[in-house]
Amino acid sequence: MIEIQGLTRTYGTTTAVDDVTFTVEPGRVTGFLGPNGAGKSTTMRMLCALTRPTSGQSLVLGRRYEEIPNPGRTVGVLLDAQAQHGGRTGREALTVSALTMGLDRRRVDEMLELVGLTPAEARRRVGGYSLGMRQRLGIANALLGDPQVLVLDEPANGLDPAGIHWMRTLLADFTRAGGTALLSSHLLREVEVIADDLVVIGRGRIVARGTKAELLATGGAVVRSADDVTLLVALQQAGLDAVESPGGGLVVEAEPAVVGRVAVDRGIALTELRPSDGGGLEERFLQLTAADAREGVHR
Amino acid sequence: MSTTTGSHPSGGAATRPRGGTEAPARPIPLLRLVQVELRKMVDTRSGLWLLAIIAVLSVGAVVLFRLFGPEEGHTFYGFAGMALTPQAFLLPVLGILLVTSEWSQRAGLVTFTLEPRRGLVVVAKSIAAVVVGLLGLALLLAVAAVFAAVAGSGDVWDLGARELGYFTILQVLAIMQGVAFGLLLMNSTAAIVLYFALPVAMNLLITFVEVLRENAGWFDLATGQAPLLTQVALTGEQWAQLATVAALWIVLPLVLGWVRLRRTEIKTA
Repeated sequence: MIEIQGLTRTYGTTTAVDDVTFTVEPGRVTGFLGPNGAGKSTTMRMLCALTRPTSGQSLVLGRRYEEIPNPGRTVGVLLDAQAQHGGRTGREALTVSALTMGLDRRRVDEMLELVGLTPAEARRRVGGYSLGMRQRLGIANALLGDPQVLVLDEPANGLDPAGIHWMRTLLADFTRAGGTALLSSHLLREVEVIADDLVVIGRGRIVARGTKAELLATGGAVVRSADDVTLLVALQQAGLDAVESPGGGLVVEAEPAVVGRVAVDRGIALTELRPSDGGGLEERFLQLTAADAREGVHR
Repeated sequence: MSTTTGSHPSGGAATRPRGGTEAPARPIPLLRLVQVELRKMVDTRSGLWLLAIIAVLSVGAVVLFRLFGPEEGHTFYGFAGMALTPQAFLLPVLGILLVTSEWSQRAGLVTFTLEPRRGLVVVAKSIAAVVVGLLGLALLLAVAAVFAAVAGSGDVWDLGARELGYFTILQVLAIMQGVAFGLLLMNSTAAIVLYFALPVAMNLLITFVEVLRENAGWFDLATGQAPLLTQVALTGEQWAQLATVAALWIVLPLVLGWVRLRRTEIKTA
């Protein structure tokens, strides 16, 4: 169980993480979803006592991270797969961690096998690893101490589709036995495959949280019309939460029937109106983080 | 991803977390952190090269002194003093890299998630650094003893407890200066440049400013340490000067660096 309580971190006048509160339940994989720069990594660094929060606190199994003795045996952490000494071999990187935690060296071989790094690959220096191999090494490092809680920042980054499927199996197995898993991603597709619960963050603030099923069910309507600009104003005047969809048209947090009523009242001709369940979480995600997503397009 | 496609192992027993509260509650002992730091010094090619270079230069200095140095200097103390020079230059670099590699190689993220008590990691690094400094001293004494024994005409065994003590102090100060500079700047290049540039700048100041020259022993590390390179007992004033320069150039940056480490954000980018 992870409890994040009102975590806030400011850098000068910028608020990177703004009063973030959520709970990660045991036995479930929680996806921490948001565009790049939304505050996911800063939140996770605060959780692991690497960054000091400006205010708020976080607890892992009821304790602050820095109060956990030998924390690698309780919490498996992967915050950046690139953060390994490039001059060490993969096996040596794990051996150093195992030595620190006071583990049997055989655990290193078990983990290498688990993540699918061959003995030949494990003898190579990490500096020559592909991103996917580094991710596997990082996951092996996180699982090394046989933890009850996993904290993984963008673990699927650099994995191929088969690798993402493998991670789903691995995490499902981990949580079925009572483990707690928090993993972040900026790609909805990854999280949709792996996670049970979702926490969506945009510009440092939580914009949605709940089970995957809940968030899917609350998808509103997608509407296109002859005059989207006028329709957008009309919907907003009607008190509805409407935003432009990056794919064109509008995404509205309301039943299609309600949207149709507004359009009729204003005399705007619709070209398309449907419930937004087709795109599922994707439209919801794009809607929730529309402002940030648009910035992403221009970059 | 050449080798893993199609052969993803399914999560087996290894991914199952231990249930309940049986998590090992013992903190990591300091001795184990020291062992880890010592291992990290030799488990990369760059680390091994630096140690090898220090060893080769120590021996090389003694060989050159044997071949070209004055005959009357060919004593245990003479040889040992020769071997000390390259170590005094390079051990601080070892100390610097011991700390800054956590940032330059981004390994700090793993180090400090496994041991969030940052101060303890610094203590472990300092102990590991002193151990290496003393091993270096043992090496140079062994080499010097062999050369002295071979050169052996007359009284060559002129290295007593006092000289050994001076050498030990010099070695510990040298490597701890590296640790302190590395911790203060948290950047290999900046720390190494500062370490080599500082004595040059001090030398210029002392050469051209008379009032500084007269009191150099109180603030210039090299001047303050110089009496340790003699076989004469230090005066009370010389001990005081040594303590002052050590506090100024080693203890102060170490404390400032430690404060900085406590507050700093451990990041990768």
